[in-house]
Amino acid sequence: MSDDVILRAEQVIKIYPGTVALNKVDFNIYRGKVNVLIGENGAGKSTLMKILAGVEEATAGRLSLEGKEIAPKSPREAEELGIGIIYQELNLFPNMNVSENIFVAHERTLGGMVIDHRSQEDRARELLQRLEQPIDPRTFVQDLRIGQQQIVEIAKALALDVRILIMDEPTSALSNTEVEVLFRVIDELRAQGMSIIYISHKLEELLRIGDYVTILRDGNLMAEAPIPEIDLGWIVENMVGRETVRHYTPAPHEVKQTIFSVQHLTLPRPRTKDYTLKDISFDLHAGEILGLYGLMGAGRTELFECLMGLHPQAVGEIVLDGELLKANTVRDRIEQGLMLVPEDRQREGLVQTMSVSNNMLLASLRRYFNWIMLNRTQEQEAVEQYVQELSIKVSNPENLISSLSGGNQQKVVVGKALLTNPRVLLLDEPTRGIDVGAKEEIFDIVVQLAQRGLGIIFVSTELKEVMAISDRILVMSKGKITREFQRDEADEQDLVEASAIGHGVENEAIGVS
Amino acid sequence: MQNVQLNSPSAEPVPNETQGGALVVIGKLLVSLRAFIALFLLMGFFAAINDTFLDSGNLIILTKQVAINAILGLGMTFVILTGGIDLSVGSIVGLAGMVAGALINEGLVLPMFGIVVYFNVWIVMVITLIVGMIVGLANGIIITRFNVAPFIATLGMLYIARGLALLSADGSTYPNLVGSEELGNTGFPQLGGDTLLDLPYSIWIMIALTLIAIFIARKTPFGRQVYAIGGNARAAKLSGVRVKRVTMLTYVISGFCSAMVGLIIASQLVSAHPATGETFELNAIAAVVLGGTSLAGGRGTVFGTIIGAFVIGVLRNGMVLEGLSSFLQIIITGVVIILAVVIDQVQVRLQQRS
Repeated sequence: MSDDVILRAEQVIKIYPGTVALNKVDFNIYRGKVNVLIGENGAGKSTLMKILAGVEEATAGRLSLEGKEIAPKSPREAEELGIGIIYQELNLFPNMNVSENIFVAHERTLGGMVIDHRSQEDRARELLQRLEQPIDPRTFVQDLRIGQQQIVEIAKALALDVRILIMDEPTSALSNTEVEVLFRVIDELRAQGMSIIYISHKLEELLRIGDYVTILRDGNLMAEAPIPEIDLGWIVENMVGRETVRHYTPAPHEVKQTIFSVQHLTLPRPRTKDYTLKDISFDLHAGEILGLYGLMGAGRTELFECLMGLHPQAVGEIVLDGELLKANTVRDRIEQGLMLVPEDRQREGLVQTMSVSNNMLLASLRRYFNWIMLNRTQEQEAVEQYVQELSIKVSNPENLISSLSGGNQQKVVVGKALLTNPRVLLLDEPTRGIDVGAKEEIFDIVVQLAQRGLGIIFVSTELKEVMAISDRILVMSKGKITREFQRDEADEQDLVEASAIGHGVENEAIGVS
Repeated sequence: MQNVQLNSPSAEPVPNETQGGALVVIGKLLVSLRAFIALFLLMGFFAAINDTFLDSGNLIILTKQVAINAILGLGMTFVILTGGIDLSVGSIVGLAGMVAGALINEGLVLPMFGIVVYFNVWIVMVITLIVGMIVGLANGIIITRFNVAPFIATLGMLYIARGLALLSADGSTYPNLVGSEELGNTGFPQLGGDTLLDLPYSIWIMIALTLIAIFIARKTPFGRQVYAIGGNARAAKLSGVRVKRVTMLTYVISGFCSAMVGLIIASQLVSAHPATGETFELNAIAAVVLGGTSLAGGRGTVFGTIIGAFVIGVLRNGMVLEGLSSFLQIIITGVVIILAVVIDQVQVRLQQRS
């Protein structure tokens, strides 16, 4: 192999109390290449990255940079060595502007006392230019879209003159167009000699962007290979030994009568004449999985929020089982038979300070309440039932929810929804940030629910997932439904085109082509 | 998980497959029982250096003092579990005492009918508790309907309620709250003065309210929802929890507890003074925090608060017995509070490790 290694991890071991997170892992980062690191949740990717970035210290093992041994003890030390990291969760200050964020803790000063805003802003503008993103450095970060915030994170790393940039699932919150921009940026950085470590769950992405791939499983190194020599099947085999969701074929389920119908739903945008949702109408049948595809900002999440009664200013009719839904609180909607599995597990789905079982029961407490107290036995039975049905891996449901892996946490959210006995289940990106194995399990669960006669609306930004599981697909763009496809007529190209209707010129103007 | 452990020492220990070893287990146990341990160490210490500390007379006086703070702490616990704070409790204590005093000594004046109504003592107490709950409800409404930060809303109420207490008798006291036979409103002093099985009523009230509060926190949907709101209000809302209503109710509970304390103190003194209860809010918050409840919400227990109140009470009582300067006492109380929170942080870190 002619490419040389800039950073090498050898026989790295990391032991947390009770678990071995990394077991003698070797990892090579090739100079000027995109080094892809993949593995299921809990495989040890993030731990390895934290060690490289100085956030955690390895229990044993060696790191060498350009042949010299290093042992960064803090992110600052790692930065000085030229290693920067962009975390999965963005680390920006929404209340500060772009240039302040880029230079936070590394402020350029006049005489060591006063921040030199002028120079910071100039440099920030330069960096953003290099990233092809003409964002005004004085814009507050809270006013940027997620994709733009990601760019600011990258600019922040560039400002430190890092040679090695770690990107932990940078695309998990991006729309397809934003991903394209990011990929162009990565290409450019690579061309400029930056060594990149790229972590993602989205396998197709990795094949597109990566030069080398390293696979971890359960803290062990499984394989390393140059990308041109391998294919998707090889990756999946090494990762889980299973086929990907892409080829998922849902078990047969019968689509029955209409149970749920939305008519002319419109959500005005506050203080403007604009609409977040405009004249949305569709029907949903019992036993049907209705896919909802659209780019970020298409209004999918807002549609779900309206259905759950979170936007009282929305107008239109929602009919469930022939009955017009009037009451407008989340609680009423849940009682009527609607339930949402929200997009953001951590922020909207779970209470981190509570146990697995209390999280699962939260939406259905009334069923175990006999007007004096909660019936502990009934509660435990209900939890036990769904822990088994959804095969949630937890040794004791009284453990804190944060002790579970992402996929299992998601199943807990699904379990919470099912405990409310819904007629219609709204799944907002239920597979986001979970590994292939868990995704497939979630898919199986969704199909089983359809077999039981639930109506299911399934939202995803991953086109292939939507196509794999849906009986019918609605495509949204800019707050409207632009097209409808039956399962057998759905075509990737057409779907993408439909999701871009209404985009275009105006989009160029705000810098996301 | 920690809640369960603290609340019921009899519950089976929660097994945790990610334990690192016996030392970690023992360490965790020590940390989670720290309030208990601190209390026993303190009591042992004072018992060793002072013969009178363990006299039943002293212990009853101590517990009587603790009851005041503990009852306020109960209400405060619910508020803090939602991530809020109630600074108005001390003022509600003062206002409640004045309401009871006015009703007993002057009756309810109805100018439009030109009559004065005197109530039976039981009814006086019920009205007083309702007044406390109304003030709490006002806090809750301001916080949830007008989106005012709890700190600010209850700070405002601290002034308003105190002002009302002062205004009610023009800054003076309602003395001698014994009522009179012909008006049929005697008996108020019994609440603070009488005993059952040698224990003053106030201690029984504390015990009863504590049991009820533990029940509410652990066995009712309301309690569960309070924890959920403090842990993640957005997730709670999306789970159908009526976040505003539940939050509002915690302030009503706090108002009720404050009014109860107002009654107890007025009865013990057989008079109502408008300045009663100043700085009580801080003691109550201290008890809650000492008991391991996180000011960020979502984490903590009712029983912890009671232990916290006892730690403060024992510390004060012991220091008074030793004749320690009262100024020094204040400093030591402060040190203990900070120490407790530092240990709390250690616990959080230990938990995250697992």
